[in-house]
Amino acid sequence: MTEAALPRFPRLIDRVIGRLPTLPLDLAMRRFVGSLADRHPSLFSRLGEHATKRFLIEPTDLSLGFLLAPDPAMPRLEAVKRDAAGVCSVACDARIAGPLAALVGMVHGALDGDALFFSRDIVIEGDTEAVLALRNAVDDAEIDLAAEIAATTGPASPYVAQVLEAIRPAAERLTGVALGRPGAMA
Amino acid sequence: MSDARNQPTLALGPVLFNWSADRLGDFFARIADEADVDRVHVGEVVCSKREPFFADRLPEAIERLQRAGKTVVVDALALPTLKRERQSVGDVVGLDGVEIEINDMTPLALLEPGRRFAVSPLVNVYDEGTLGVLAKRGAWSVGLPYELPLPSIARLAAEGARLGVEIQVHAFGRLPLAISGRCYHARVHGLAKDSCQFVCGEDPDGLEVDTLDGEGFLAINGVQTMSRDCVAVLDEAEALIEAGVTSFRLSPQACDMVAVAAIFRARIAGAISAEEARARLGEVGLSIPLGIPMMSGSWPATAGSLSAR
Amino acid sequence: MNAPVSPSTTKVRPELVCPAGTPAALRTAVEAGADAVYCGFRDETNARNFPGLNFDEKELIEGIRFAHGHGAKVLVAINTFPRAGGTKLWHDAVAKAEAAGADAVILADLGLVAHTAEKHPTLRRHLSVQAAAANPDAIRFWVENFGIRRVVLPRVLTVPEIAAINAEIACETEVFVFGGLCVMAEGRCSLSSHATGKSPNMTGVCSPPSHVLYREDGDDLVARLGTYTIDRTPKGVPAPYPTLCKGRFTAGDYSGHVFEDPVSLDAAQMIPGLIEAGVTAFKIEGRQRSRAYTQAVVAAFRKAVDDHMAGRPIAADMTRRLAEGQTTTAGAYKKTWR
Repeated sequence: MTEAALPRFPRLIDRVIGRLPTLPLDLAMRRFVGSLADRHPSLFSRLGEHATKRFLIEPTDLSLGFLLAPDPAMPRLEAVKRDAAGVCSVACDARIAGPLAALVGMVHGALDGDALFFSRDIVIEGDTEAVLALRNAVDDAEIDLAAEIAATTGPASPYVAQVLEAIRPAAERLTGVALGRPGAMA
Repeated sequence: MSDARNQPTLALGPVLFNWSADRLGDFFARIADEADVDRVHVGEVVCSKREPFFADRLPEAIERLQRAGKTVVVDALALPTLKRERQSVGDVVGLDGVEIEINDMTPLALLEPGRRFAVSPLVNVYDEGTLGVLAKRGAWSVGLPYELPLPSIARLAAEGARLGVEIQVHAFGRLPLAISGRCYHARVHGLAKDSCQFVCGEDPDGLEVDTLDGEGFLAINGVQTMSRDCVAVLDEAEALIEAGVTSFRLSPQACDMVAVAAIFRARIAGAISAEEARARLGEVGLSIPLGIPMMSGSWPATAGSLSAR
Repeated sequence: MNAPVSPSTTKVRPELVCPAGTPAALRTAVEAGADAVYCGFRDETNARNFPGLNFDEKELIEGIRFAHGHGAKVLVAINTFPRAGGTKLWHDAVAKAEAAGADAVILADLGLVAHTAEKHPTLRRHLSVQAAAANPDAIRFWVENFGIRRVVLPRVLTVPEIAAINAEIACETEVFVFGGLCVMAEGRCSLSSHATGKSPNMTGVCSPPSHVLYREDGDDLVARLGTYTIDRTPKGVPAPYPTLCKGRFTAGDYSGHVFEDPVSLDAAQMIPGLIEAGVTAFKIEGRQRSRAYTQAVVAAFRKAVDDHMAGRPIAADMTRRLAEGQTTTAGAYKKTWR
């Protein structure tokens, strides 16, 4: 648990991400979420009735948001670009917004969602119960995003994991985002 | 409902608010002489600091009520923690010549074997198992928790009938919702509980708690939190009797409780309609809005607009 | 005592009882130093019946195996009040907990306690805080009639009152040392029912998230529970806690936290006094919180207890950031709270 202010994602990197075409990103994310469902079935079963809801996950320091529909029959994760007013306008049941470092830190179990909420580092709107279900299910799944990304690369995954692990300290310093679980190897 | 033997009993619950000794004396005298109720509860439930004020006049009140043909039930404290509070509970359970009512489990450790007792709605009786244990230990009347839905009430009433235990529901008065070690009356007046100056005595119906948007919500009564509205079981009376409820409790508010008792007596006898009862309750000098009971099933959805009814 | 002895040989080592909302949190708590964890089934039999939380039968068996493998106990909370006509679900929960190898069940309902004492006599029975046994007489009733081995004390008692209780009773006591603070006597509060129709006693939830709505209103963040506004906070101050008794209201001339400030209990500094008062176990609240919370709080209290046992002072203010409203209180343990 850190007492320090949460870092903002570097603007320069965000600008590059913001200019990427969304189609390859969407394809990669589709593969990612499918692999996640295979590797963590309890993540989806824990969601229960909330699995059919649509969550807008909005890193406030990125020019992209993410729409998550965790339906186990067809889980989806799509990029949503901000409009001219800086709003991710898309229909959803619940919206979770905050700095990328806060959101990823929650996924990795490095940061506590309630504490982030009390301190207003993250904002929740819409279906509070669905957000809580998602938070609890993700928390139990002990996800390591680097490991999950490596897992999507099939036979190459051990090599990808090694590369990600090698660049992780530098990448974490650069972005301020915890790229894996504290103490865990990708 | 025309058969007199099947008429539910009407009980006047304990005064939950901090009324002065004179007010209490006058109240019980008038109830003894004029109120059409079967039972009258006396004794302090909420705060032990209030007990001494009426203690020396309590025997006289009990005697007058009994002379008037009313069964008297003496209530024990709801949250005894201090030594003198446990002593007070011990004194109540040792009383002869009156019925006693428990408001938590403390008296069950102190009762003489074979001593019968009533159970107030402040004791958690949610299921047949608990009802059975209490009946075996001597419970003859059980007031059900306020939050029980109608199907649970029916189920417990059937079990009560089998065990020979009266099943009672709260029919009138602000609903006691919670009890605490902390005194909210003292807190909102900037006082410590130990030097509270008995500020709760300023509010004979409790002090209303509103939301920041001005909605009526709750009321505080010392260490107790209650509903803002004065619950009145009117539309639900037939369904409750049908479900097997055998007693209705009227919780005293600062209004003409003799008139309130008459209205409920007529209502549970089927002599007047819910609408007529509601109209007549508008004329008893009640200064807080009427509300609907939790067991109605529509409670939370309509809780914000009860006063319109 | 004549000869100087090391403090650790004279003090009874307290048990640190930690929350496990999920299997991952269970492993986290055990690895962070919990002596025991408590958890519940994924239904209305336990008082933390929140979406995405809790254990099914298989997860409980695996969790118990993991905990026992690390020398930690597992206590299963079956601490709501059974539904009339539906008591089988609660009876089955007790049977499943015993079959899974639970070290104890934590119960609140008189009927369920009596059932467990009769049908599962060798299963250790703890009395939940939801039973609100607040004095030696009430505790004696539970111990003498139903073989209760440990009572979780309501959060309305001062340290001297706890000491007085322990001097009079024949069972262990467990007290809360950290986490969300109930201002009402637990198990005796229908405020959540009043606002939402769902209650701790019947549904296992208080101020349920399904009925909480946050809304931006100008510069204010408004928290609503059911149809009631329970708080508004301007920008820049901690977010309103979505629990009814920690909201802000008006009463007479008073406007503010009528019932309780949005604070969290932190009794770390009272550990020596509570041990002195004869308390057997220290409980950390928070089955609904994340692994990050579990890890940080359990580790902090593990260190606090170990430091005290070794005669070292207990560090101050270890876990403030994790607290509700980010401030803490010693609660009812100090008499001024009342």
